[in-house]
Amino acid sequence: MKIQLIKKTESKNITKLIIPIASFLLALVFNAILLLIFKINPIQAYSVMLKGSLGSTYALSETLVKAIPLMLTGLGVSIAFHMHFWNIGAEGQLAMGGIAAAFAALFLQDVIPPALMLPVMVLLGILAGAVWGLIPAALKSTIGVNEILTTLMMNYIAILTVEFLYLGPWRDPQGYGFPGTAKFPESAWLPALTGRIHYGIVFAIIGAVILWLILKYTKLGYEIRLIGENPKAAHYSGVNIGRNIVIVMLLSGGLAGLAGMAEVSGISRRLYTGLTVGYGYTAIIIAWLANLNPWGVLFVSFLMGALLIGGDQLQVAMQTPAAVAEILQGAILFFMLGGSIFNRYKLMILPGKKTHKNEVQHE
Amino acid sequence: MVPGGFFESDGNMVQERSNKKPVIQLREITKQFPGVLANDKVNLDIHSHEILALLGENGAGKTTLMNILAGLYRPSAGQIFINDEEVSFSSPKDAIDNGIGMVHQHFMLVESLSVAENIILSLEERGLMLPIQEVTRRIRELSEQYHLQVDPDAAIWQLSVGEQQRVEIMRLLYRGADTLILDEPTAVLTPNEAHDLGRILRRMAGEGKAIIIITHKLNEVMEFSDRVSVLRAGKAVFNCYTKDTNKKELAQEMVGREVLFQLKKSKCSPGNAVLAVENLKAINDKGLPALKGVSFSICSGEIMGVAGVAGNGQRELAEVLSGLRHAISGSVRVNGVDITNSTPIQVINAGVSHVPGDRIGVGLASNLAVSDNLVMKAYRKPPITQGPVVRKSSILHFARTLIEQFQIKTPNEETPVRLLSGGNQQRLILAREITASQGVIITVYPSRGLDVGATESVRNTLIEQRDSGTAILLISEDLDEIRQVSDRIMVMYEGQIMGILDAESASIDTLGMMMAGQTPEEAKETAS
Repeated sequence: MKIQLIKKTESKNITKLIIPIASFLLALVFNAILLLIFKINPIQAYSVMLKGSLGSTYALSETLVKAIPLMLTGLGVSIAFHMHFWNIGAEGQLAMGGIAAAFAALFLQDVIPPALMLPVMVLLGILAGAVWGLIPAALKSTIGVNEILTTLMMNYIAILTVEFLYLGPWRDPQGYGFPGTAKFPESAWLPALTGRIHYGIVFAIIGAVILWLILKYTKLGYEIRLIGENPKAAHYSGVNIGRNIVIVMLLSGGLAGLAGMAEVSGISRRLYTGLTVGYGYTAIIIAWLANLNPWGVLFVSFLMGALLIGGDQLQVAMQTPAAVAEILQGAILFFMLGGSIFNRYKLMILPGKKTHKNEVQHE
Repeated sequence: MVPGGFFESDGNMVQERSNKKPVIQLREITKQFPGVLANDKVNLDIHSHEILALLGENGAGKTTLMNILAGLYRPSAGQIFINDEEVSFSSPKDAIDNGIGMVHQHFMLVESLSVAENIILSLEERGLMLPIQEVTRRIRELSEQYHLQVDPDAAIWQLSVGEQQRVEIMRLLYRGADTLILDEPTAVLTPNEAHDLGRILRRMAGEGKAIIIITHKLNEVMEFSDRVSVLRAGKAVFNCYTKDTNKKELAQEMVGREVLFQLKKSKCSPGNAVLAVENLKAINDKGLPALKGVSFSICSGEIMGVAGVAGNGQRELAEVLSGLRHAISGSVRVNGVDITNSTPIQVINAGVSHVPGDRIGVGLASNLAVSDNLVMKAYRKPPITQGPVVRKSSILHFARTLIEQFQIKTPNEETPVRLLSGGNQQRLILAREITASQGVIITVYPSRGLDVGATESVRNTLIEQRDSGTAILLISEDLDEIRQVSDRIMVMYEGQIMGILDAESASIDTLGMMMAGQTPEEAKETAS
């Protein structure tokens, strides 16, 4: 007997729905075993996570708050992935957006009228992220530098720049030595819709609508798909690939930059260490799980937010070590991503009949 | 040269063995793909000491059937017997363990490694150390035995396509294959290489191997094979000894109707020069000179054929003309406008269309829909695009019109192009390029890999375009095609034009000699 993966010719919609659900359930079973090993009651743990992330208005709002930066960076990453431009620099682009927004809030409050402060921060945030995305795009389209390396390395520059600023020149002099800038003036606070849910969620929904329209209805969207499927065919049919890379990375970086702006302005209201906690990397997983679909990105980000918040709740309520929550999250992602292979392949168990050919052959 | 008397004696060998049992028997093999019945209860006998030609049009199920025998696919029903014993393969490895190996159309070699290293890669037992010396010695032995010239130390990228094919064959011999399947083995070869291959296959059959060649070329069947089986629409419809049949009968069996080997072609009435190329120079991908000062012009309503052995600058010429490759010097003019070193979009806007030689790699985005591929050149202009917006309804309308006009067989306009047959993919490209063209079409290997019916339709389409006033550059490796379709023929050799001849007066001998580097005068002298 022998087990083999065989490529599917087509995938039915129903299997596309069943596969992630089945993967998730399997992950829960796997995690339950882990929890039992840690001597934690899995049912209790799951109910804490569920209640803590989705079970109350407060929990739901925390989940959404967590989901906002994931949505924006996830959207940004997905549009680049559509073109097979592997932007793994959303984290850095987010950081630059945060820096730009913080700069306006901290140093331009005397120049900019309060009513214009937020629009300026939004613009600067998008712009900074876009510029950070533009650098690898320009390197790729002019001299062919691999974008995976450049986007990744530029993350470190951006993340460490954030750290340098709030620990160094931008540190709050009245901050009793705590790392972080001074609190932004109120005019630079992104207002909340309800509870802690800020306008970032509106940005994310607008972003998804725009991406969806671009991909489905525009010349740009057609060219992005063509480049993604076959860059040689795109070049042959007259598409300017370099220009498209630049446009897409401006969009991609801009969305991540907006995520950074929304985080500093809507949540922390200062620049501090909590800005770069890996949203930009999680965004890559989200984009894949969502199959690069903009609405899918919003939905998966929400689930991912729930998973993160649920993990926090587990620590608080059951005093489990932080690592346990991370293990659970990791295992769930592992199963979900692993399961997605069955969208394209099917497992077949083959009867491996023994043949005696070799003897026959030498007769 | 072929040893004397080889062929004569062979005919007798076939006769003698006709009573002998086949080595491999395929019984009632059926393969069902979603929506397509690729093989329908096919029976096939394969004998050692024989070359079997598996003949059929594209989509007839030849490759599918052989992929089943080579362990790549599993049949939906049916049995395979080797020496009367039933076998079942779940991988190509199972097949090769049973002595069956296949050389695919696209070679599976690692370009940067040497021949010996590539063969080591395919071996099962691989220790810590590479057995290079032993493998090299064994390759030399096999080379000797089968007259299969392969240099074990050469890197794959240095080899011609014909040599790479020999490496693929060597790999199968090395692994002990007794039955060798070759999928369209001559599609990528020059006439000389094809001839060499024929000799090698004959030699291997002589040594007791069973050889199967998948083909849709009648010449090849007549030249190479001992026995022929014809597949049509997934069914085996005809079986016989090659010497008992003829091309006409085979063509009829293959297509299922009578085939006329004739094109409707009126006399050409050329107009003004549309495409003018002056002293064009360019380098190839390896940085070596590929075009060394090429000059010619094509008039409207004229087809200029480009003959030559592949790799003498034809591909580079097509690429420079369509804006995909830089010219070092010289000029290209279309209707008097200089388009030298323009971008692809500028060339397209100047009215030049291009049917690329690499259909899947360059001409199509095979995962995208038929409609998406059809609008690849037209999507920029109204009514399909208005401002930044593409109108889905216009795309579909445009696609439907072309599908109907050019008779592209596709389930619908949303079907991914990869599910279409080769002939229909080519029809799609032609439909798109003809529609986009304003005066000039560059076409490279337009009927490569197509069956008789599709080839006929492609050639007729080109002639129709000529009659409506288009200037056509036809690059092809098929001399028959060039002579049938073209009005004038230029021969390329090592990046230069050896001469331009009138198609009607150009003899195949003269062309052949020019392809080997002689000027027309020298060639005519040698020929006479």
